[in-house]
Parts: sequence; structure tokens; C-alpha cells
Amino acid sequence: MRERVVADLSHLPLHGKGTASPTWWGTLVFMLLEGSGFALMIVVYLYLGSLAPSWPMGAPPPDLGPGLVLTAILIASLVPNWLVSRWAGREDMRKVRIGLVVMSVFGIVPLVVRCFEFPALNLSWDSNAYGSVVWTLLGLHTTHLLTDVADTLVLTVMMFTRHGANSRRFGDVEDNTLYWGFVVATWLPIYACIYGPAWL
Amino acid sequence: MSAASSPPLDIDIRHEELDGRLAETWRTRPGFWGALATVDHKVIGRRYIATAFVFLILGGILALAMRWQLARPEGRLVSPDLYNQIFTMHGANMMFLFAVPVMEAMAVYLVPLMLGTRNIAFPRLNAFSYWIYLAGGILLWVSFALNMGPDIGWFGYVPLSGPQFSPGKRADIWAQMITFTEIAALAVAVEIVVTVFKQRAPGMTLDRIPLFVWAMLVTSFLVMLAMPAIMVASTSLILDRLVGTHFYNPAEGGDVLLWQHLFWFFGHPEVYIIFLPATGMISSMLPAFVRRPVFGYLPLVLSMVTIGILSFGLWVHHMFTTGLPRLGESFFTASSMAIAVPAGVQIFCWIATIWDGRPVYRTPFLFILAFFFTFVLGGMTGVMVASVPLDTQVHDTYFVVAHFHYVLIGGAVFPLMAAIYFWYPKMVGRMMSERIGRWVAGLTFVGFNLAFFPMHILGLQGMPRRIYTYQTDVPWSGLNLFVSLSTVILAAGFLLFFIDAVRSARRGEPAGENPWGAPSLEWATTSPPPPYNFARIPVVTGRNPLWDERGDMPVASGLRVDRRELLITSVADAIPEARDSSPRDSIWPFWAAIATSAMLIGSIFSPWAVVWGSIPVAITLVGWFWPKGTPEDDA
Repeated sequence: MRERVVADLSHLPLHGKGTASPTWWGTLVFMLLEGSGFALMIVVYLYLGSLAPSWPMGAPPPDLGPGLVLTAILIASLVPNWLVSRWAGREDMRKVRIGLVVMSVFGIVPLVVRCFEFPALNLSWDSNAYGSVVWTLLGLHTTHLLTDVADTLVLTVMMFTRHGANSRRFGDVEDNTLYWGFVVATWLPIYACIYGPAWL
Repeated sequence: MSAASSPPLDIDIRHEELDGRLAETWRTRPGFWGALATVDHKVIGRRYIATAFVFLILGGILALAMRWQLARPEGRLVSPDLYNQIFTMHGANMMFLFAVPVMEAMAVYLVPLMLGTRNIAFPRLNAFSYWIYLAGGILLWVSFALNMGPDIGWFGYVPLSGPQFSPGKRADIWAQMITFTEIAALAVAVEIVVTVFKQRAPGMTLDRIPLFVWAMLVTSFLVMLAMPAIMVASTSLILDRLVGTHFYNPAEGGDVLLWQHLFWFFGHPEVYIIFLPATGMISSMLPAFVRRPVFGYLPLVLSMVTIGILSFGLWVHHMFTTGLPRLGESFFTASSMAIAVPAGVQIFCWIATIWDGRPVYRTPFLFILAFFFTFVLGGMTGVMVASVPLDTQVHDTYFVVAHFHYVLIGGAVFPLMAAIYFWYPKMVGRMMSERIGRWVAGLTFVGFNLAFFPMHILGLQGMPRRIYTYQTDVPWSGLNLFVSLSTVILAAGFLLFFIDAVRSARRGEPAGENPWGAPSLEWATTSPPPPYNFARIPVVTGRNPLWDERGDMPVASGLRVDRRELLITSVADAIPEARDSSPRDSIWPFWAAIATSAMLIGSIFSPWAVVWGSIPVAITLVGWFWPKGTPEDDA
């Protein structure tokens, strides 16, 4: 077919930001499918709970200490997370580097607290179905934390290399903060499931 | 990038040179490693399609083995144990390794071309998806060859699949094969959603998207919302079997019906994950054969969306015989019947299209007609089994086997065959044989109906599914022999189809750009398309671009030729927003798939495989994403 040029695209930027970036949409879509996985696991928890004569089953309710500490850290991390996102938007390299180091710490510390949270459940995964589902919920979220921390660490290292000064990388940092927000957001309903019975 | 060394744009280059420069930037490197590293959606799409058809042949051979066994009473071809493996392999293979992947594979090939873009979004993820799919298929079939094939039915019900009744690793192979195929499918779903949202040709507003692309968009959302259910199910089953959790153990507070809920919350949308792409194919092919645009674009799109939503409200109709509360059963009967409404709207739109057009009876159109007849019959028995008393009567009989083969072969395989005859010229550059094609359409249509219609009657006569043989004193032998003989006709049709496909690749008539005179963008480029799809991005002004613009094609220029560059447009109106880069070929997705496969297969045997296996996975992912300083990284 013969062609007739009707538009010139050469003025367009070489990289889209925010909603003009496929990576941003990719992050959003990954949240949707991971979110549906989490939602289903919560449904499994509620389903098994609805069948059980008593819930928690065959164990005292979990100790509240480690879960509270972890939740407090995750919520507190939203402040630096938001700041990093803003700095990345302004492509302020110095602040982004500092912010990413801070966010790496905010990622690692909850993993340490998590080591105390599993024993605080007061039963094992193979004790009964209740144990299985709370361990799996906590395990799923731990995997979530681990992957995002690994991602943050790699990104932090990258921002200290020659590849850092690039608006694509700042976009990656913004997407990473978006995803961290999701990691925190998914924790809240899981927290409510695991610790709700202990509070009531 | 500074202005001093401003990179070359397509407008700066003489027209005759443009194709060569773009090909240099976009081509797959020759040789073995080039083939492993390619991220061209067309190469991966063709591979995906070819692999899926290999699995179709393997699954078909198993079906023939079953029919040989059941041709007469007290058949002795296979043992009961092998028969269990065969029907499980047949079902799991056809659903997880053929039907879903082949539909996604068609989309991997066609969607970027139909949208007028140069590659799929996240092309390396696309390569990864194919390798993971291939690894899952090899896992299943090698296990079968080693007498470790799953024997628990394609839906792996507990307690049969649990640790108590299925010792050994057969059930784990099944569950982990699911993980492989679901990762592959989820990856493609993500790519398609982002490609459709962000990479459409300028001017392709939401109401101008080709219907096959709409179908794949809805399907991708179904995949993302339904497949996590089967991953939760199969993972918890593996945990029950490997580390002693109690999800499905009633003695410790678990529940066996939980499995059925999770499985069918995935399993019913799964049917539409297979069927919706097929309807999209029909809507996209019909105009070429009736010489008019499809009737009722808007109702067709709305029907697909409605089917997508309703598909999540049907799963309990697979569980009518489990003793659920009556009110629940009534609700699911109503919703199961309700989905016939949007399906009917689609059928009537197609009939109206044909009615008002001037039909040209070429092979793809013959398959479309075969689809109408067969699918409508399958839909009718679907409405029948939506009713609880009838379902209770025919549950687990050959009636159900007949029903779902009518829906799946009629509703998905016939449209797929049409699609292969239709798009083969685009993919290969040569036409398939019209003469052989008519024979294929005739043999498969007649063979299918002769083989599967009597199964309705066998079911009503009480023949249960999944029995490895039956005695001489039950009156099923005559019909079974008839069914088995008819299967030969069906198999002959498929054999002829494969012969035609292989032969035409060398000897078919050259196709040219647009052999069917079809209206959508994939026909605006050469057959097969160059690595970059379009030398200049097409600009869309209507729903049927090649019909709306008789004469010459409006295009946009101003993209770079020294890097893989494509156009990003806005979600609703497809207004150009940026010219972004598309990743180069990379071997890392291949290594990442190898590492992931090793981890997943290892975890069948030890939970520690997840811990140690995640290290190579992490390393390969870093290799994949670490910037290489190529022009694609410019911003």
C-alpha cells in the first residue's frame, strides 16, 4: 500500500513518564493479579474460619507484639517512600540516593521483625488447618516483602552507578515506591485476618 | 541525548534505505543463540503456536488410545492404571498446554500487528513466558513417559490427589505443571493489557479496536483474576503433600470442598478464557468473507465484557451434586442460564452480518459455519445441565463429555482452524490449499459430530466417564464402536490439516499483503511482516482502516531508526504521548526460565529448593533488567 505521511512524531519525548510509561501500567497490572492472589488466600482463611467450631483453632490467639511493631514500621515507611517518589519525580539524584538507602533499611527491618512474628503465631503450619492458613498468609506477604526489598536494593546500587542519571531510572524508582505502597496496603487486611481474633 | 549527535530519524533517510536500516535494528540475530535470545513477538508467537499444536497432536493420540480401548467391551489395550494417566494427561494437556496457550499465542502474534505497533509490551517477559510454558509441557510429558504421569483427573480433586490417596509424585507433577502454565499465561496477559492500553496506532480510539483485540483484552483480565485461584489451589495442595499442611484434611479443620471452590472459580472462567478469543477471531474474520463490516460492534464488545463478568458467577454449577444449599444452587442455575444471553447476542450479530453480506465460501468461512452449528448445540446442552435435577442425572456421565467437547471443539477449535487458514498466509507468506482445506473442514466437522453426538445418548444411558472398560452385558457397545470408528474420520481430518500446513510452507501460493481483502491493520504490511512490522506507524481514522482508506495509507513518521523505538499513545483516545524504546534481544529471559524451572521442579521434592533455587532466579533477573547502555536506554 502507498503511504501518505500525515503526522510527525519527532517532537515527542524519548521516554514516557507516569501514565505514559508502559512500566507504570505493568506495575499496576501486576498489582491486580497479585492482589487477586492475596484476596483469594484471605477468602480461604475466612472460608476455613466459617467452618471451624472455634477460631483460632487449637491454639491461643497470636501474640500481638511483633505484628504491631511490624505494622508500625510499615506505616511509618510510607513517609520516606512518598518523599523518594517526589524526589525521583524531580530527578534530584542526591536525595533519591539517600532516600533509597533509607527505604532499603525500611525494607530489611520488617524482615527481621518477621522472624519473631512466625513464632508469635503460637502454632505450627502442620498443627491444623488454621495453622496452615495463617502461616501461608504470613509466608505470602514475607515473599512479597523479600522480592520488593531485593528490587529496592538492586535499584539503590544502580542509582550509584553511571546508569543512574537517566529519567528512565527515576521512573523505575517511582514505580518501585508505588509497589512498596502496595506491599504495605496488602499487609493491612492480612493483619486484620491474623490478629483480628486476638483483638476481639 | 544532545542535539550535536542527534540520532537518525526515519524522515532523514531515503525511502529505499529505510527498510534496511530498520531491519538492522530490529532483526533477530542468526544462529542458535540468536534464536534463544529473540524477543520478536512474531517469532515467539509462531513458536508458541507450533508448540501448542504439537501438544494437540500428543493429546489427540491419547484420545485415540482411549477410543481404541473403549471400542469394544472388556478392551485390553491399556491397564486401568495407564488409562487413569491417559485421561488425566489428555484433559490436562488439552486445557493447560493446548487450548489456553494457543489462544494466547495467536494474540502474541496478532495483537501488535492489529494495533499497528512494532512489538508487544515487555517482549522479554514474552520470551520468558514461552520458555516457561515449554518447560511445563516437557515436565508433564517426560513424567508420563517415566510412568509418573498424573492419574487424578484434569481437575485433581482432593482427597484423591491428597497425600493419603496419591502417594508418589504423580499429583505433584500435575500441580506443578499448572504453576508453569499459569506463570506463562499471566505473563502474556500482562503484556496484552499494556500493549492494548498503550501501544495502539494513533487514532485507534477504544471504539475502533479490532474485535479480536477486544476479546483478548477481556480474556487477559479473566486470566489475571481467575488464574491466581488455581495457583492458590495447586500451591496449597503441594504444601499439603510436601510439608504436611492441612488445607484439605477434614480431620484437622481443612475442607475438601474448598478445593472444588478454588478449582472451579478458576475452571469456569477458564472456559471463557478459551472461548472469548475464539469469538474475537470470528468477529475479526467474518467481514472479509461477507464483504461488509461486522454488524453490531458495540453489542459484540458489550457481550464479551458481560460474558467476562458473568463467568465468575458460574463456578458452583460444577458442584451441584456436592450437597450445597438449595438457594445457592438456584442462584448458580440462574447465572448459568443468564450467560446464554450475551452469547446469543453475539450469535445474532454474526448471523446479521452474514445475512446482510455477500458470503464467499472459502475454507475459513466453512469452519465458521461449522462453529455455528456445533457451538449452538453445545450451548443448548449447557443450558440443560445448568438445571440442577438434569445435572444430577447426567453428572459424571458421557453426556457431560459430549457437552464440553461440543463447546470446546465447536466453540474454540473450529474457530481456531478458521483462524489458522485465515492468518497462515500472513505468518508464512503462502496460502494453505483451498482444495485440501475443504476436505479438512468436511472431515473434521462430520467426524466430530459423528464421534461426539452419540456420547449424549451414551450418557443418558448411564455410561460414566473415566471408566477404562465396560462389561458385555451393558447396552453400550454398539454406540461405543460407532464413536470409535467416527474418531478415525476426525483424526484423518486433523492429519490432512497438518499435512497441508507443512506442505504449504514451501509449496503454497505466495500470499501477498492482503489475500482476503480484509480491513484490519495486520494486512497493511508484507506477509510475513518484517521484524519491525511497519516501516511507518499507521494512523487510524475508522474501524476498518484498510477499507476506510482506499488508495493510500495515512502514516506517522519521526521515529528513530538506530534504536528499537515505538509509539506510546493514550489509553482512551490513542493520542501520541511518547516514542519509547522496546528492549533488544536478550539471552537472560532464557536463563531466568531455566532457573525458575529448576526451582519449581526441585520444589516437588524438597521445600529447600525454593530457598536455594531463588538465588539463581534472582541473579538471572538482575542480568535481565540491568541497563546495558544501548540507545534503547536513552531518555
